[in-house]
Amino acid sequence: MQFWIIQTLNSLAMGGLLFLLSAGFSLIFGLMRIPNLAHGGLFMLGAYVGATLLGQSLPFWLAAIVAGALVGALGVILEGTLLRRMAGNEQGQVLITLGISFIIADLCLLSWGGDPVPLAAPRGLRPPVFLAGFAFPGYRLAVLGFALAAALGLWMLLERTRLGAMIRAGVDDREMARSVGIRVSRLFSAVFFLGAFLAGLGGVIGGPILSAYPGLDADMLPLALVVVILGGVGSLPGALVGSFLVGIIYNFGTALFPDFAYVILFLPMVVMLVVKPTGLFGRAMR
Amino acid sequence: MTRFASMRGWALTLIALAMLPFILPSDYYLGIATHALVIAVLALSLDILIGQGGMSSLGHAAYLGVSAYAVAWTTRNAGWPAYAAIPFALALGTLTACVFGVLALRARGLGFLMITLALGQVMWGAAYRWVDLTGGDNGIRMQARPVLLGFDLNNATNFYIIVCAVLLTTLIAIYKLDHSALGACLRGTRDQPRRMRMLGHDVWKIRFVGFVSAGFWGAVAGVLYAYDYLYVGPSALSLPQSAEALLMVVLGGAGTLAGPVAGAIVITVIKTVVSSYVDRWYTLLGLTFIIVVSVMPKGLVPGIRSWMKGNRA
Repeated sequence: MQFWIIQTLNSLAMGGLLFLLSAGFSLIFGLMRIPNLAHGGLFMLGAYVGATLLGQSLPFWLAAIVAGALVGALGVILEGTLLRRMAGNEQGQVLITLGISFIIADLCLLSWGGDPVPLAAPRGLRPPVFLAGFAFPGYRLAVLGFALAAALGLWMLLERTRLGAMIRAGVDDREMARSVGIRVSRLFSAVFFLGAFLAGLGGVIGGPILSAYPGLDADMLPLALVVVILGGVGSLPGALVGSFLVGIIYNFGTALFPDFAYVILFLPMVVMLVVKPTGLFGRAMR
Repeated sequence: MTRFASMRGWALTLIALAMLPFILPSDYYLGIATHALVIAVLALSLDILIGQGGMSSLGHAAYLGVSAYAVAWTTRNAGWPAYAAIPFALALGTLTACVFGVLALRARGLGFLMITLALGQVMWGAAYRWVDLTGGDNGIRMQARPVLLGFDLNNATNFYIIVCAVLLTTLIAIYKLDHSALGACLRGTRDQPRRMRMLGHDVWKIRFVGFVSAGFWGAVAGVLYAYDYLYVGPSALSLPQSAEALLMVVLGGAGTLAGPVAGAIVITVIKTVVSSYVDRWYTLLGLTFIIVVSVMPKGLVPGIRSWMKGNRA
């Protein structure tokens, strides 16, 4: 019983991390029509930068936000310098994000070496929490809570603010949004910052669970792809539901059939593609 | 005139390739030439999808990888002779392409690209983690190349000649495909899918046949790859391998026969030269991607062709 409860909690914590990763990925895809293949790299970069900041004895949550902001700034610079020049050539933009991901991965390897870099959880969250006679790892509960809070915050941003309304308009119909006077290219910067910020933040918050290692980017990117294929492109509820589904499948897959975790992950994707190619909450791409 | 010029170009290239074993100072350089031509077959196969079908795939190394693993595993662990291992590998690689095609062709454009990437990563994950079958990160090593029709492929020159012959076969087959009704249909579904449907063509079936043909030639490249390196590891079907193949097509020029071959040769030479000095191949690969896509999106071969036309006029 303890096994199932702990694994369920682990799955939900993993789902929370995946939400931080794929919410931005999905929004960027929805608005700019490109899968940002550097997103796994931004997550990994966040984890490494966070580890370095923690080494300077910054408090954990401050380190997470600073690392997220740095990665977000990098995202804005990349979008403004490399991607904007290729506006209209979506395939070219995707290939550029792929090139960026290789560079990020290689420079991380150069800077932080080949050995995994561990990140320590905040001191107060290390002891287990006892609930109804079961011991829960405190940090994972906190990750789950944080991800849900982030989901709520993003939802408020998208549904209750002017910026959010403009982003939704851009996702729904970019040309129409332009013609009613929304400066969509500015939204690109905003969404890229938001997406990269969340990815970098997720990297630090995931650090105590996953640690930072070469290949973390290549492990995370397919998970984000599967989340978006399951949940639907550009949909926040889709990213949330997809993240928890993938978190549960990936975590139980790894625990029960370690050799096949990746293949098991692929089954729900296959089912979704056959049954509803636009994903749970998605609409057909224009 | 242009047709004659292009024929002359091909003839000169083929003569130059055939002379290489006699010009190059050692087997080391011949080995590099062999690697380049093996990967040229993969790039050519990917260009069936990109150049003719307008479908960019980021999972194309999967067919090379599956077929290379099939050759290595059956040779090493089951003791199969080459004439059994090769057809089995080609069949398994093509079957993989069938499965990928059924799934990926549910989407178009970037959705297609994303699904092929995810499927390719699944195959990579399986190769990396299913240690009992694949040997995990250590991969599978083979003892020696086979002797085919009295031809000992362990001799570098002999193997190079076989690779040249396979490349030539691939070129002719893809040329025939491009100029067949199927090739015309593929280009039709790329440019005007709706019109093709109105004309009574089964768009999905045309794309599927194109996709599986590309997978078959990718599997051919995989057989060559296994015998070339005598080793198969997860990197054979990793994302960087798929991305390199895509870069070769984009760099050389999609939709031309010479383009992917030129791209494969340029990238292999850069990779070999750089790797002998520094360990930063991935940074350079990324930079090459960014530069090629932003500076010459049409690729080398069309660029040089239009430049030559401009000079003549």
